[in-house]
Amino acid sequence: MINHKREKMETLNKTNLIEDFIPYIEKPNKRWYIMVFVLLALIGVGLYAFVYQVIYGHIVTGMRDYVVWGVYIVNFIFFLGLSYAGALIAGIFHLAGVQWGKPFHRILKIITITTLIIGPIYILLCIGRPDRLFNLFIYARIQSPITWDIIAIVTDMFFCIAYLYFIHIEDFAKLRDYKGLNVANWRKKLYRWLAIGYTGAKEQKKLLNQALNIMAAIIIPTSIIAYSLLAWLFGMNLRPGWHNSIFAPFFVLTAIYSGIALLIVVIWVYRKNSGLEKYFTEEHFNYLGFALIIFALFYGYFSFSEYITEWYNSQKTPSILLNKLWDLSEFGYLFLFSNIVASILPVIIIGIPKFRSINSITFVSVLVLIALWIKRYLIIVPTLETPYIPIQDSRLDWVHYSPTWVEWALTMSGVAFFVLIFILMTKFVPIVCVSEMEEKSHGIRFFYKTRK
Amino acid sequence: MSEKEKSKESSRRHFLKSGLAIGAGTVLGSSLFSACTNTCAQEVGGEEVEKIKLLTTEGKIVEVEKSKVYPIKPSEPAVGDAAKKGIPGRKFVMVIDLSKCANAGKCTTACQKGHNLQPDQEWMHVYLMKDNEYRDPYWFPKNCYHCDNPPCVKVCPVGATFKRTDGCVLIDADRCIGCKFCISACPYSARIFNWKEAAEKLNAEKEEHSPETSLPNQAGVVGKCDFCPDRSRKGELPYCVSSCPMGALYFGDINEDVISNGQETLRFKQTLEDKAGYRFLEELGTKPRVYYLPPVDRMFPYERGLKDLDETQKLKYKNVLDKS
Repeated sequence: MINHKREKMETLNKTNLIEDFIPYIEKPNKRWYIMVFVLLALIGVGLYAFVYQVIYGHIVTGMRDYVVWGVYIVNFIFFLGLSYAGALIAGIFHLAGVQWGKPFHRILKIITITTLIIGPIYILLCIGRPDRLFNLFIYARIQSPITWDIIAIVTDMFFCIAYLYFIHIEDFAKLRDYKGLNVANWRKKLYRWLAIGYTGAKEQKKLLNQALNIMAAIIIPTSIIAYSLLAWLFGMNLRPGWHNSIFAPFFVLTAIYSGIALLIVVIWVYRKNSGLEKYFTEEHFNYLGFALIIFALFYGYFSFSEYITEWYNSQKTPSILLNKLWDLSEFGYLFLFSNIVASILPVIIIGIPKFRSINSITFVSVLVLIALWIKRYLIIVPTLETPYIPIQDSRLDWVHYSPTWVEWALTMSGVAFFVLIFILMTKFVPIVCVSEMEEKSHGIRFFYKTRK
Repeated sequence: MSEKEKSKESSRRHFLKSGLAIGAGTVLGSSLFSACTNTCAQEVGGEEVEKIKLLTTEGKIVEVEKSKVYPIKPSEPAVGDAAKKGIPGRKFVMVIDLSKCANAGKCTTACQKGHNLQPDQEWMHVYLMKDNEYRDPYWFPKNCYHCDNPPCVKVCPVGATFKRTDGCVLIDADRCIGCKFCISACPYSARIFNWKEAAEKLNAEKEEHSPETSLPNQAGVVGKCDFCPDRSRKGELPYCVSSCPMGALYFGDINEDVISNGQETLRFKQTLEDKAGYRFLEELGTKPRVYYLPPVDRMFPYERGLKDLDETQKLKYKNVLDKS
């Protein structure tokens, strides 16, 4: 439960930190292969579901004429949210020179890229004619929020890949120079190639630092804009429940919230590995836990503000929608779960010292991730089930959405893909940005020069 | 576009242009059209040239040599880029008289037959509406409203759905990627998705897709009411209008200020004036082209629309029937 014995953040300002990670980079053990195999199998099931959907059409999903977007679009919002959050937090940590945030830098960037690849795949699954995807570029209409989104995602992906690469260059050079690294020859060659002749010369270091600063500064507004554009994909529709000016800021807030929760889960998993406890300390869990509380409170405030405005004037269609959310036979349990877990639970579990521990913080984070996924589900499905003209259809299964195995299988393989990329990346590079850890700590970076 | 098609296209366009210029070209059909023709003879250079007076669509009377006047053959439904232009001089409009609808459902089935739809794909959907607790429910046929400020057209990422000069909002099913954004953007639930292949193949391999006929339909794209401009070209009313046994649906042209249900022809503006015509959800600012006449002095009680329905079909209207 309570761990009074606080691990002290060790002074990590020594060299040869890379040795801590060499065992993870060198030849994998049996357990590693089994994990990769299981994950590949899960992805295989998803591929089977995808082929099944392509052959038999969208009728195999739970999507119908009213709920035209289902779990796929929920996953799309969820994963992209994690992605933008990763980029945003990493950017802020870097620019503000947050010292304790250093070990998360690489994890955050890998989260960003992985989820940025997974997210758009779900949009493709929603599209009835993926064979005509090129039309999006040939006949692109700038008036359409989908085009905004494509531009935002492509731009963001470009910046994030560049950023991800920049924070790896120094470590590639370290791996290249590490004597007696027991890895295959092609990997040594790859490290050499990827290190692009970095030797740590003063000029090189300065350039790289400048590049990182610029990337961090660019990535913050890019992420905010990109996720707002995603929110407007819904906000621009004339639909009660979506047509709402709070949507963009709420989406951005929810994204950062879910990003912090995921970060906690990821570092908890890495902490389980021997030799990494000193990088992911209890202090980190405390800091991130407090961030979780702050975001939980903001989240509660935004939610309350959204629902109270819709409820107070009780317009016809918004009231029908809200009644569905509160009705226990419809979405009531999901609504209660998502709101209680996302806005109250972290405050209680993390806020009260008695309950606070590494495991409890992680447990709350997992629940928050689930709750935020459900929140996205509650944004999409009930709204689509409540158009201006109440649905009159004798086919009850067409009126109420319920996801099929195809959608769940593809959701599962999305998560599996995420884990797989992490496992592979850990095998390829140290999960912590070693070169950055070895750098001397400095205080808050000033953007102006003080007069001497 | 091949050379042959191009020449065919241009000749068709020329044909249309000249046809409409002399005003004899009523695309909507003779029942709607009231032209005052008047022949007179004039001597030019010793030769007698017979002239004819015609009313143009702009409302001007012009004189044309009779020998140069020839009847218009119904033009083929437009395909490709030509389908994006709209029939010149037309502004289609629909008026639905709610006092006459008795949920016979003929509009829906005729539309499905004409557009080769599945039995559960309803481009024309009859709702049962109830405005407040003191009023009886009424039947409310709803198709695509072909809005002048269409939310669906705004959001389409590839321009597969478009607004034409004649007022129609159509879908180019050859371009549609099936992202369904338009379905979620439409506040009237007018659009539906083609989840499966068409019920029966209408020699689909040969026929080129026309947004005007919405045929041949394809799986994985969005479909909706197209206002049947191909029928208008032939001088016929849309499937739903011509099939309604109660004459509740009127179709016409604002430029000509006429609407017809196939049995009677009315003046559009006067009808709206007399019967307090309105547009559904006017406050959304979408400017629909479908007008409703309120259900006053009803021809039938609403129960008549329930008479022929079985229990599962009645289930559809549960949300309203429970309240009344």
